Amino acid sequence: MAYSDKVLDHYNHPRNVGSMDKNDPNVGTGMVGAPECGDVMKLQVKVNPETGVIEDAKFKTFGCGSAIASSSLATEWLRGKTVDEALQIKNTDIVNELSLPPVKIHCSVLAEDAIKAAISDYKGKTGAGKTAEAVAAV
Amino acid sequence: MKLPIYMDNHATTQMDPRVFEAMKPYFLEIYGNAASRNHSFGWEAEEAVEKARKQIADLIGATAKEIVFTSGATESNNLAIKGVAQMYAEKGNHIITQVTEHKAVLDTCKHLEKEGIRVTYLPVRKDGLIELDQLRDAITDKTILVSIMYANNEIGIVQPVEEIGKIAKERGVLFHTDGVQAAGKIPVNVIHDNIDLLSLSGHKFYGPKGVGALYVRRRNPRVQVTAQIDGGGHERGMRSGTLNVPGIVGLGAAAALAKADMAEESKRLQHLRDKLKDKILNNLDEVYVNGTMERHLPHSLNLSFAYVEGESLLMGINDIAVSSGSACTSATLEPSYVLKALGAGDDLAHSSIRFGLGRFNTEEEVDYVADKVIDVVKKLRELSPLYEMAKDGVDLSKMQWTAH
Repeated sequence: MAYSDKVLDHYNHPRNVGSMDKNDPNVGTGMVGAPECGDVMKLQVKVNPETGVIEDAKFKTFGCGSAIASSSLATEWLRGKTVDEALQIKNTDIVNELSLPPVKIHCSVLAEDAIKAAISDYKGKTGAGKTAEAVAAV
Repeated sequence: MKLPIYMDNHATTQMDPRVFEAMKPYFLEIYGNAASRNHSFGWEAEEAVEKARKQIADLIGATAKEIVFTSGATESNNLAIKGVAQMYAEKGNHIITQVTEHKAVLDTCKHLEKEGIRVTYLPVRKDGLIELDQLRDAITDKTILVSIMYANNEIGIVQPVEEIGKIAKERGVLFHTDGVQAAGKIPVNVIHDNIDLLSLSGHKFYGPKGVGALYVRRRNPRVQVTAQIDGGGHERGMRSGTLNVPGIVGLGAAAALAKADMAEESKRLQHLRDKLKDKILNNLDEVYVNGTMERHLPHSLNLSFAYVEGESLLMGINDIAVSSGSACTSATLEPSYVLKALGAGDDLAHSSIRFGLGRFNTEEEVDYVADKVIDVVKKLRELSPLYEMAKDGVDLSKMQWTAH
């Protein structure tokens, strides 16, 4: 199974690894996946409450190289976007950027779910837009 | 020390150069069909085949007439199980096997179930071994075959073969064992272990790929199998087809070398394996050994590294060839069914790595592998949300996950 150079790059030099204080009112935390499936992603965003811009994003992932790369890429893209722009990120964008083969597409889906879960968690805290979107819905 | 390092000797082995030398004359010089009875080309080929037959028999305590050449252990397993089921159909229609068998056995049994054969799949304990009492209880008057592998290819445990053979014999049931991972590595004796049929494969003990054998007992009792491949009646009517003479010569040479070197080699490999295990276990926390080490192949090790996924670990040790029970490494995205059967839990299956040491591995390589594995696991644990939660004292088993 050959990996794309971009996947290898993210694996060897992952961006934005780490954790934020999940109790911070400006931090949204999304945790998706399950250990039995072999994939768990934790994605966090720190939002500027006045501008709605994501100032920082961090991730931690238990999963294969493609899963790590997908979540690392997600944090790269999130920084500097507004919360609404972040919700526009599609898993297919990740697939194209990382050249993921068909068998690894589900890793990108999980990353998209993680983004949505983090944003939903943030919105839940601020009370802004209590859309009942199920966190990481199947 | 050359990179990449090959430490996946359960999947296949490098051919021993001495085996290669032994095979060479049989391509361009001694190329007759071993079944050509009327000229020296055939006689010379036949002589080489019969020599190899004896070498293989000697490896497992059998006689030459009891060795049937096949294209490999998958074929041998098919021949043994389907061959017995068909030959003894009037005696019964029940087969007993167990859940951690190789797919060559399990898929063959599934095929037979579609044809009306009843199959019992015995579970295994947490240590990987079957419960002998469960085997006893499972035998009925319709049981015609017990098929239980000698040693497991994923976790390296060795089943209580001698006792299984005794139980089968007492009840008048034939005992087949998939001996692929044991033959040439640990002493196997079909008489001592009450074995009636045994499969083995050349490319697992430094011989060529594409050739194997099935031992079929001739005395006490005389066992017969219905041929699965017809066409000329070769191998005493049990397996038709022109013999792969160079492959067979290689199989025989590999068997002879394995027999001669076994005692010393297994001691050396056990020392290396233990060094690898101890170094890793002493430098990392939350590492689990899969399968009991009490009854175990000397060169094999299967470890689960909690909170780290197997494929990402393989990616980090990309100059080392090993394999993993993680779903991400399988074509079907299913985690290892062997590790599942141990009751380990899918998360530990996803975190498992199998190390298979072999004749050509050195102590230097073992040190390099241990160091690299320790380093990569530490790095990946820094990336792991599960390790973070565990260190914070979160009980992961109580978490509500949003599975996808």
